[in-house]
Amino acid sequence: MTMIDREAIERLGDNMAAQEVAGRSPWADARRRFLRNKAAVAGLIVLMLVLAFGLFGQHLAAWNNEDLDFNVMGMVAEKGQPSIESGHYFGTDELGRDLFARTVQGTRVSLLVGIVGAAIAVVVGTLYGAISGFAGGRTDQIMMRAVDILMSIPYMFVLILLLVMFGRSMWLLFLGIGLISWLDMARIVRGQTLTLKNREYIEAARATGVPGWRIILRHIVPNLLGVVAVYATLLIPLMILTESFMSFLGLGVQEPLTSWGALISEGAKTMNYGTLWQLAFPLFFFVITLFAFFFVGDGLRDALDPKDR
Amino acid sequence: MFGFILRRLAVAIPTLLLLIVISFVLMHSAPGGPFTQERALPPQVLANLDAKYGLDQPLAVQMWTYIVGILTRFDFGPSFVYPDLSVNDIIAQGFPVTLTYGAIGFSLSVLFGVILGIIAAIRHNSWVDTLAVGVSIGAQVLPNFVIAPILVLVFTLWLRWLPGGGWGGWPYWVMPIIALTLSHMASIARLTRSSMLEVLGSNHIRTARAKGLSESAVILRHALKPAMLPVISYLGPLFVTMITGSVVVDMYFSTGGIGRSFVDSALSRDYAVMMGITILVGALTIFFNLLVDVLYAWIDPKIRY
Repeated sequence: MTMIDREAIERLGDNMAAQEVAGRSPWADARRRFLRNKAAVAGLIVLMLVLAFGLFGQHLAAWNNEDLDFNVMGMVAEKGQPSIESGHYFGTDELGRDLFARTVQGTRVSLLVGIVGAAIAVVVGTLYGAISGFAGGRTDQIMMRAVDILMSIPYMFVLILLLVMFGRSMWLLFLGIGLISWLDMARIVRGQTLTLKNREYIEAARATGVPGWRIILRHIVPNLLGVVAVYATLLIPLMILTESFMSFLGLGVQEPLTSWGALISEGAKTMNYGTLWQLAFPLFFFVITLFAFFFVGDGLRDALDPKDR
Repeated sequence: MFGFILRRLAVAIPTLLLLIVISFVLMHSAPGGPFTQERALPPQVLANLDAKYGLDQPLAVQMWTYIVGILTRFDFGPSFVYPDLSVNDIIAQGFPVTLTYGAIGFSLSVLFGVILGIIAAIRHNSWVDTLAVGVSIGAQVLPNFVIAPILVLVFTLWLRWLPGGGWGGWPYWVMPIIALTLSHMASIARLTRSSMLEVLGSNHIRTARAKGLSESAVILRHALKPAMLPVISYLGPLFVTMITGSVVVDMYFSTGGIGRSFVDSALSRDYAVMMGITILVGALTIFFNLLVDVLYAWIDPKIRY
C-alpha cells in the first residue's frame, strides 16, 4: 500500500497552494507540461485503448464469454490455441470458454474495482481529512489519533476475514478494498487543509457567516482537487493489485464473473500443461494498464508541481 | 527520547487491545459457527461442543476470558478444528518458517534496493538509471503470485535446479525469497533513487562538493543519511507485507508458514487460529512501526520529541 511517495504528494500540494497568484491559469500550464511528458501521454493513450477494449470488446468477440466450445473441451492444449479461424482470438481457457470474451469481461470488472475502490477511498479520505484539518484543536487530535491506530491493523488479514465471514460478494470486496486505503488520503488532505485554512478567502467566507461544512465543501475541497486527482490515479492500480491478490486466494470476484486477477491465477495454474496463452493475454492487459496508470500518475504529479523536477 | 518512546507505547497498547476487540467481534458476529456443517449435528452435541469451548457464554464474558488468557498466560486458546492442537502449537509450527524467509527477504530487499537506488541516482539519466527505473516498475506491476509460478516453471521444470516446494535446506529458500522480495526491492530502489536525487540537489551537498570532497565521501557521509529517511518510513509497512506475502508463498511453495495456516483456518472457520494469527501479525506491525518511529526520530534531527 505504500508505493506512493506521500512526501512528494504533500510537497506538490504545498506548491500548488503557493502558486495561485500566477497570471496564466495554472491548469493550462499543467496541461502543457503534461502533454510534453511522452511517457505520460503514451500511458494515457494506452489507458484509453484498454478502456475501449473493455467497453466495446464484446462486439468483436466471436464467442460468448459463458459458452463452452465442445470441439476444444478436453484437448485444450492441442486445439484451444489462439487462432483466427476458430474465433478464439486469445485461445480458450481450461473449460473451453473463449478467452477473448473472458478477458473483455475481466477488464471491465478490474477497472470497475479499481475505480470504485479508489473513489471510495478518495471521498472518505478527503472528507475526513478536510473536516479534521478544518476543525483543528482537540477534534483534529482525536481524529488523527484514530487514523494512527487504524493504520497499524493488518488490513489484508481483516479483508480476508471479512470476505470469508460475510460471503464473497463483489460489493463487499469493493467496499473493503476502498475502506482500507483512505487513511493515507486523509493524512495528506488534512495537511493541505491546514495550509489552506488561514487563507484570506476562507476568512472572508467565515466573516460573512458561511457555515463550516459549506466552507469545507465549497472552498476547501475544490482547492484540493489537484492532490486528490494525482493520488487517485496512483491508487487505482493498487486497488487492482489488491483485488487480484484476493482473486488469487479465491476470495475475489466469483464465477461466472471474472477479473484480471482471477484469469491470471487460473492461467498460472495451468501453465505447466503447455497452455501459456491463458496466462499471457490477461497478464499482458494487467501489466500494461498498471504501467500506464503509474506513468500517468507520475506525469500528473510532475505537471501539477513545477518545482519538483 | 525516553519520554517519546513511552508516549508511543501509550498509543501502541490501546491499539493492540482495539485490534483484539475488533477481530473478536467480527469473528463472532459472522453467520455460522465453527461447528456448523453440511450435515447438521444433533443439537445436544452442538450444545456440548459449544459448552466445551465456552461458546455458550455471553459475548462479553468470552471476550474477557480470551483477553485475560492472552495477557496473563500468553494463551490463545485451543484450535476449534484440530482437537489436539492449541493455537500456540499451530503458530509455533508455522511462524519460524515465515520468520526465516521473511527476515532474509526483508534484509535482501533493503540491501539491494538501496544500492540499486543509489547507483541510479548517481548515474542520473544514464542507461543504468533507465534500466533501474524500468526494472523496478516492471517488478512492481508483476504481483508475487505471478512471479512464483514463473519461477517454478523456469527453475524447477525447465532447468531442474531447485525443488518446487517444501521446506528444508537453502535450495528450498531461494524461490520463496525471490518471489517475496522482488517487488519490494523495486519499491525501495525507486524510493531511494528519488530521495537521493533530491538530496543531491540540495545546498549542503553543493557545499560539500565545493570543499573539494571526493564523490564517494559526499555520497556516503553527507547524502546517504538524509536520503534514507523516506526509506526508513517504508520499513514498517514493508515488514507487514512480507508477512502477508507469506500467504502467497505458502500456497505456492508449500513452505508451511503461518500464511497457509491463516488461509486454512479462515476457510474452515477455525476462529481461534484466525484470531491468534491476526493478533500476532497486528502486534508485530505495531512493534515494527514503533521501532521505525524511534529510528526515524534518532536519525532526523528535525523531529522533536
